[in-house]
Amino acid sequence: MTAAAGNIPKPKRRLGDLVFSRVSVFAGILILVVLAAVAVFLTAYSLPAFFADPKTLSSSQPTSFWAYVAPLAFGTVWAAFLALLISLPFSILVALFVTQYAPRRLATIFGYIIDILAAVPSVVFGLWGIVVLAPSIVPVYTWISDALGWIPLFSGPVAADGRTILTAAIVLAIMILPIMTAMCREVFDQTPRLHIEAALALGATRWEMVKTAVLPFGRPGIIAAAMLVLSPAQVISFALFHSENPNTIAANIALNYPESSGIQVNALMASGLILFVITILVNMLARWIVRRRAAFSGAN
Amino acid sequence: MSTSTMNANRSNTLAAGRLRPGVMVSMGVFAVAVPLFVLWALVGNLPNLFVVAFIAIILFLILLGVTSRIVEGGRRAKDRVITTLVVSSFVLALVPLVSLLWTVIARGLTRFDGSFFGMSMRNIVGNGGGALHAIIGTLLITLMATIISVPVGILTAIYLTEYARGNVLSKVLSALVDVMTGIPSIVAGLFIAALAGLLIGPGTTTGFLGALALSVLMVPTVVRSAEEMLKLVPNELREASYALGVPKWVTVLRVVVRTAAAGLTTSVMLAISRVIGETAPLLIVAGFTPSMNYNLFSGPMMTLPVFVYDQYAHKGLPPEAFDARSWAGALTLILLAMVLNVGARLLGKLLSPKTR
Repeated sequence: MTAAAGNIPKPKRRLGDLVFSRVSVFAGILILVVLAAVAVFLTAYSLPAFFADPKTLSSSQPTSFWAYVAPLAFGTVWAAFLALLISLPFSILVALFVTQYAPRRLATIFGYIIDILAAVPSVVFGLWGIVVLAPSIVPVYTWISDALGWIPLFSGPVAADGRTILTAAIVLAIMILPIMTAMCREVFDQTPRLHIEAALALGATRWEMVKTAVLPFGRPGIIAAAMLVLSPAQVISFALFHSENPNTIAANIALNYPESSGIQVNALMASGLILFVITILVNMLARWIVRRRAAFSGAN
Repeated sequence: MSTSTMNANRSNTLAAGRLRPGVMVSMGVFAVAVPLFVLWALVGNLPNLFVVAFIAIILFLILLGVTSRIVEGGRRAKDRVITTLVVSSFVLALVPLVSLLWTVIARGLTRFDGSFFGMSMRNIVGNGGGALHAIIGTLLITLMATIISVPVGILTAIYLTEYARGNVLSKVLSALVDVMTGIPSIVAGLFIAALAGLLIGPGTTTGFLGALALSVLMVPTVVRSAEEMLKLVPNELREASYALGVPKWVTVLRVVVRTAAAGLTTSVMLAISRVIGETAPLLIVAGFTPSMNYNLFSGPMMTLPVFVYDQYAHKGLPPEAFDARSWAGALTLILLAMVLNVGARLLGKLLSPKTR
């Protein structure tokens, strides 16, 4: 009797439990394997391009692999940066309007509209950009060139069809605007009610309330949204733009891949690898910023 | 006498230090009128309204800021300027988006007809033809991608929220899922192309490979949003279930997943609506074809985004026919994405368990 009391039975491991937990672990490990495979395969397929005769890499006969990929990488980063520069202030302001300024009932409707716009496929944005935006933006470029031509930056002839990297960046900016607004809106919506009411109760104007309660709370979220939204957005819209002279990595691959063979495929893979590395670096930077900022934000 | 001055004083104190609405309206009219007429006089014909609006907003902001600072003081002036800025940037941001929707609807409707949804592009050189092959392809490939990525995504989310108690694997996994959300879609396409090149032979294009590429993009989205949804399930429910002696896996399936079912459905449908418009990876691994192809495992398969791109980029004669088909495809694509999006939200509302 006494011996049995000291002998606490071990919890029974049920078969269902074992199977289910193993299956879910397996699913998680599968993701690790896929990501590792992405890196390994891309690297394996890229290696020949680094060592091959650079003249065979592309029809433009570059002098070295880096001469081939550097302008594309620069174009990618530059277009993304310009797009972010245009789009970030707008999406913060629009998200503020929807969450803090608009009447409640309207705000829900605007929220739905933004979410629906965020789902518009990128290829449609590209099509719109080339057919509607590019022609209608040429007069503005011409005017800038005429009026500000004395500044070296704005001198020189204007591209007649408006298909420049700035136009591409504007299209990209318009494309990421609803996505980023939707993300910012979610973050701003989670501002603690008490912070807002406390600020207002202290006599803050609406802007002071936003500045002291909403923005500090949302800052890490905004940064994360900005960095995250760009990577999926490095998309086909460029391919529609620069059909003769692609200047971003994604467009170059999309345009040339179907017609390439042999070492050219390896070169395209290598440029894809570089895009992958750039994206991961930006991504990690974003997370690092978010983590560093999180400690000081109004969230706690 | 004294009462009338008191009245005047009272109305003054109420209105004192405030800009009257009339003043603001007149400033607004002034701010719109000046650039409109100045530009009209300079250019000669009606100037670009977008440019006028832009200048008008800046002018109004300056006017408002200065007057408000004089009458109401710095804090309120700042508040007014920012409010105007917020509202006007909302309106400005809507302009291109409305223009986009308008263009797609106006141009897409010309070929949004029976034959567009009833025919493929096989043996079509000029007018006519349709996108049935592309629509079927998109539906099949997206369905396959969903079948692959939903179990993996949701099971991983279950692992992260229910099983891993902050252990090393879960930390690594969550970091890598974040990295994966950032994979550019074209890289996913290249990865699958490289895989297929090694296993099957270079240059292979099938619908299934397209579905695999889309899954690479879909899984992280599903994991992230499913995780959020599972985290929302209150711990009391789990504890109540354990207290009744229910095994863990039954608790997870019948209590946690059941409670989060609505949210999970929404997140899956939103993930689908994100990938349904992907062009780049499908361009690489699913290929082009003018014909119907119901078989995911052999031969290239057309998809709607690729169709839109292809019709626009590789025009034949007459070009108008290709343009019209491209826009009709774009309209179909937007409608598909919207139906999924709205449907997801409606389902989410309908399925969510009653908490009150």
